[in-house]
Amino acid sequence: MENFTLASPTTIEAALAAAQQADAKFIAGGTDLLQLMKDHVERPQRLVDLEGLPLDKFSIGEDGARIGALVRMSDLADDADLRRHYPVIAEALLASASPQVRNMATIGGNLLQRTRCGYFRDVGFTACNKRHPGSGCGAILGVNRLHAVLGGSDYCIATHASDLAVALAALDARIEVQDSDGTRKIPINEFYLLPGDTPDRETTLTLGEIITAVHVPPPANSERSLYLKLRDRASFEFALVSAAVVVAVEDGRIRAARVAMGGVGTRPWRLPAVETALAGAALTREALMDATAHAAEGARPLNDNRFKIPLMQRALTRALLTATA
Amino acid sequence: MSEFELSRRRFIGASAAAGGLATAAKVGSAAAATSGTPPMRTAEMVDLTLQVNGRRHALTVEPRTTLLDALREELRLTGTKKGCDRGSCGACTVHVDGRRVNSCLALAARCQDKAITTIEGLAENGELHPMQAAFLAHDGLQCGYCTPGQIMSAAALVEEGRAVSDAAIREWMSGNICRCGAYPHILAAIKDVVQGG
Repeated sequence: MENFTLASPTTIEAALAAAQQADAKFIAGGTDLLQLMKDHVERPQRLVDLEGLPLDKFSIGEDGARIGALVRMSDLADDADLRRHYPVIAEALLASASPQVRNMATIGGNLLQRTRCGYFRDVGFTACNKRHPGSGCGAILGVNRLHAVLGGSDYCIATHASDLAVALAALDARIEVQDSDGTRKIPINEFYLLPGDTPDRETTLTLGEIITAVHVPPPANSERSLYLKLRDRASFEFALVSAAVVVAVEDGRIRAARVAMGGVGTRPWRLPAVETALAGAALTREALMDATAHAAEGARPLNDNRFKIPLMQRALTRALLTATA
Repeated sequence: MSEFELSRRRFIGASAAAGGLATAAKVGSAAAATSGTPPMRTAEMVDLTLQVNGRRHALTVEPRTTLLDALREELRLTGTKKGCDRGSCGACTVHVDGRRVNSCLALAARCQDKAITTIEGLAENGELHPMQAAFLAHDGLQCGYCTPGQIMSAAALVEEGRAVSDAAIREWMSGNICRCGAYPHILAAIKDVVQGG
């Protein structure tokens, strides 16, 4: 890890000012950034420590949830109100990383974690358009079992790694960001960018903006939610395929459903075609399999990740059956 | 013990220092001979106070120094181990303000005035912590390298009240890897402590 200077502001304004220099990076929990710095993927000249900022509170009420960007993953997952009103968030958090990492990592940092693509994380590979625009993509013709089947381009097929972001995508959360002019709220499904020909650009955040909070709308009556994560080992592993489902049931049928998937897309992947097909569906395996057959529409599988296509349908069906049981 | 005998740790320490000098000299000459190699960045040193196992230590570190390296290299508390140095193995687990964390992913300069407990601080009044005793009783280790991290994590796990079933213990210990595969004995040790054995 290369050296840097460390700034420790105590106000958001001071943090924004301290970040106004080349190669400055914010550091919150640091669990991803320090990995990237140790591996020389990131080489910031200056770190701006966010820990002193007053962004570590969250509240859950009739208006929904407002979650400060510096709330620790473990603190949020442990909250009884969160578990009652937003089980999909709690389950996504507890399926993430390890207890030690969750004790350090923050909500804002989790949303901005970088992909786990091995070609991105190992500077020994020269080709990575995300690290070095124009250098190529090692994964498309390389080992791509863990890569995206949806949303990829000829430049990048790296998945987004966050479980939390998948849950928040299904919940239509909004990301509150602040710059020197004030705050704005960005719907999470507009927050992450598709790679296109600029995979180095991952979100709509601009230089000089900082995430201050996440807003989640209040759950509708009789709404149930669930996060299902399938992975190569039982715990402390990133998703092969994951499903976040938020579903309202009426008279034994699905009234409305919102579903998003992880491990399969270059960003948290919302599935509107499945949602449309689920409206009015009976709670049987057959009916749900019919609706979830739309899950991988538009997918472009590669050599090693073709298995994700049938797995998406089955994971989504299982998540819906479990949530509505 | 004869005066010619060296402790294992002192011997390893001396060898590492000698090796380090040789390596530094080599790197220095290579860097001088290769034009275009960016020089290592220097940074202003940071003065800080670390509160470790109830004792305050004043030290001066580079900003990039991790808590793990500060503990091992500056304070010579070598019980905390460096495995992957990327937060994946848990060998470096310590408690910071009562929470178990990966000390390899924490910057020492951000730990000013936080209460840090390492494996060296777990015993009280010369008595092993119940988790240490249980790991001994159940042979919860083979090579022992991951053990300080396993014990720090397990002690926190019990404090957190999460050790409610075998499955829960396995899940909540998943941040600690044991390449010898001592998991069944680690599980037995933790269950023993939970059951007040």
